[in-house]
Amino acid sequence: MLSITTFVIVSIIKSVIAILLLLTAVAYTVWLERKVVGHIQNRWGPTRVGPFGLLQPLADGLKFILKEDLTPPHVYKPLYIAAPMIAVIFAITSISLIPIGNWVSIAGIHTPLEITDVNIGLLIILGITSMGVYGVALAGWSSNSKYSLLGGLRASAQMVSYEISLGLSLVGVLIMAGSFSLRTIVDAQGGTFWGFIPRWNVFHGQEVAFFVYLMSAFAETNRVPFDLPEAETELVAGYHTEYSAMKFAMFFMAEYANMITVACLATLLFLGGWHGPLFGPPLLQGILPVFWFVLKVFCFLFLYIWVRGTLPRFRYDQLMAFAWKFLFPLAVANLAITGLIVALRS
Amino acid sequence: MLHLALFTIFGAVAVAGAVNLLVQRHPINSALSLIAVMASLSVEYLLLGAEFVAAVQVIVYAGAIMVLFVFVIMLLNAGEEELTRGSRVAILVGIPGVLIGAVLIAWTLVQHSGTGEVAIGALPGRPETIGWLLFHDFLLPFEVTSILVLIAIMGAVVLAGRPVPTSQQPRKEA
Repeated sequence: MLSITTFVIVSIIKSVIAILLLLTAVAYTVWLERKVVGHIQNRWGPTRVGPFGLLQPLADGLKFILKEDLTPPHVYKPLYIAAPMIAVIFAITSISLIPIGNWVSIAGIHTPLEITDVNIGLLIILGITSMGVYGVALAGWSSNSKYSLLGGLRASAQMVSYEISLGLSLVGVLIMAGSFSLRTIVDAQGGTFWGFIPRWNVFHGQEVAFFVYLMSAFAETNRVPFDLPEAETELVAGYHTEYSAMKFAMFFMAEYANMITVACLATLLFLGGWHGPLFGPPLLQGILPVFWFVLKVFCFLFLYIWVRGTLPRFRYDQLMAFAWKFLFPLAVANLAITGLIVALRS
Repeated sequence: MLHLALFTIFGAVAVAGAVNLLVQRHPINSALSLIAVMASLSVEYLLLGAEFVAAVQVIVYAGAIMVLFVFVIMLLNAGEEELTRGSRVAILVGIPGVLIGAVLIAWTLVQHSGTGEVAIGALPGRPETIGWLLFHDFLLPFEVTSILVLIAIMGAVVLAGRPVPTSQQPRKEA
């Protein structure tokens, strides 16, 4: 048991590291997206700043900070200023419960590789992400512009609808692990079938749930093909039309941070978390779990970008019909069947 | 010690949010105050050891129901409310009434405090316990409630889908 001072110091260090890692990951996900989408469309993407354009995120950040922060005269100021903060705060907070590896011991301090391990971790993450919709909704309303309002309305309706199928798709995994703790869920996925197929939930009866989660996650983060809230062809830029400089960048950061959270959750719940082949000297064995985790998250993010470069956008009625008439019944059916099988086995 | 401090802080936030909900003239500010009340209530539940209820409070009330409130306010583009004669009377009668009620409740609580203390976290609040209670001990009331909700949803659909009588429809110009 750690003393309270050590605990506070360790927690602060871990929080700072987590936030720095997340913000760096956000910046380089943007870079990756521009690069990959560029190559899909037969372009180069950023190439000028640094080798392979690797310093482009820094240049972008500098540009956002130095730009004039314009506040249109017709906005409702308190909420107009608060909205990007709400979006980015909830997006960053949710990463604090994501475990990226096993426990580690450094200088006699034994600590998990996450900010804190909570036994209802998954529920808290769902709670935090469900609050994130206020950033988008309030931005749309307080901008007092029709494009923003339409974007905000679309976003809130879409996020509330897809949250249901997202939540239901996770229940199957919860039934199989019997816990809300992300660590327990990952531990339940260790080992292999017949020596070579990993016992990840996605190969263990939760294929349908993974599909539902994937679709809902794309919609929850307002990404192509469900990026109706910011459809350029109809709404200029949707809920952030009236925002500029750092306030716009905060929405951008929130969107990419949410993508990363969703990718981490997919890795933990369906892709076996940090499980993977371990080999080599003890130091390598300590690092490999984190490497596998990051690799899986990277693959998921790559899928996001790939889809963006490939698929066109849905129509809004198709989007809603897809959520309520297809994904929701599918998630309920998966839940019923999983529950039945688990009940029969025990 | 930490528990008491957190309890006091979030209790104060909840009360302040509730007062602000009534004082604000603009519906969206009132809705946001209600979200603050819900969120601080959920922290209070967490402090009492009811972790599942705390999480559900945030997911369901703050994350879903209040989103719909805000959605409707945005959709109707409701502006600032004017004070009517009725609301002036409500203020004149309501504030003393609330004060008297609060004093009565506080007095009753003080009179009966100390009769039995429960340690924090002693009551079952874990997801397993709640699941067991809902699907085992209280299965029938739980299912009846779910049917009640289903009936309410169907009622809403019927009311919303009822065709407008022809006499009220705007006449089409020939």
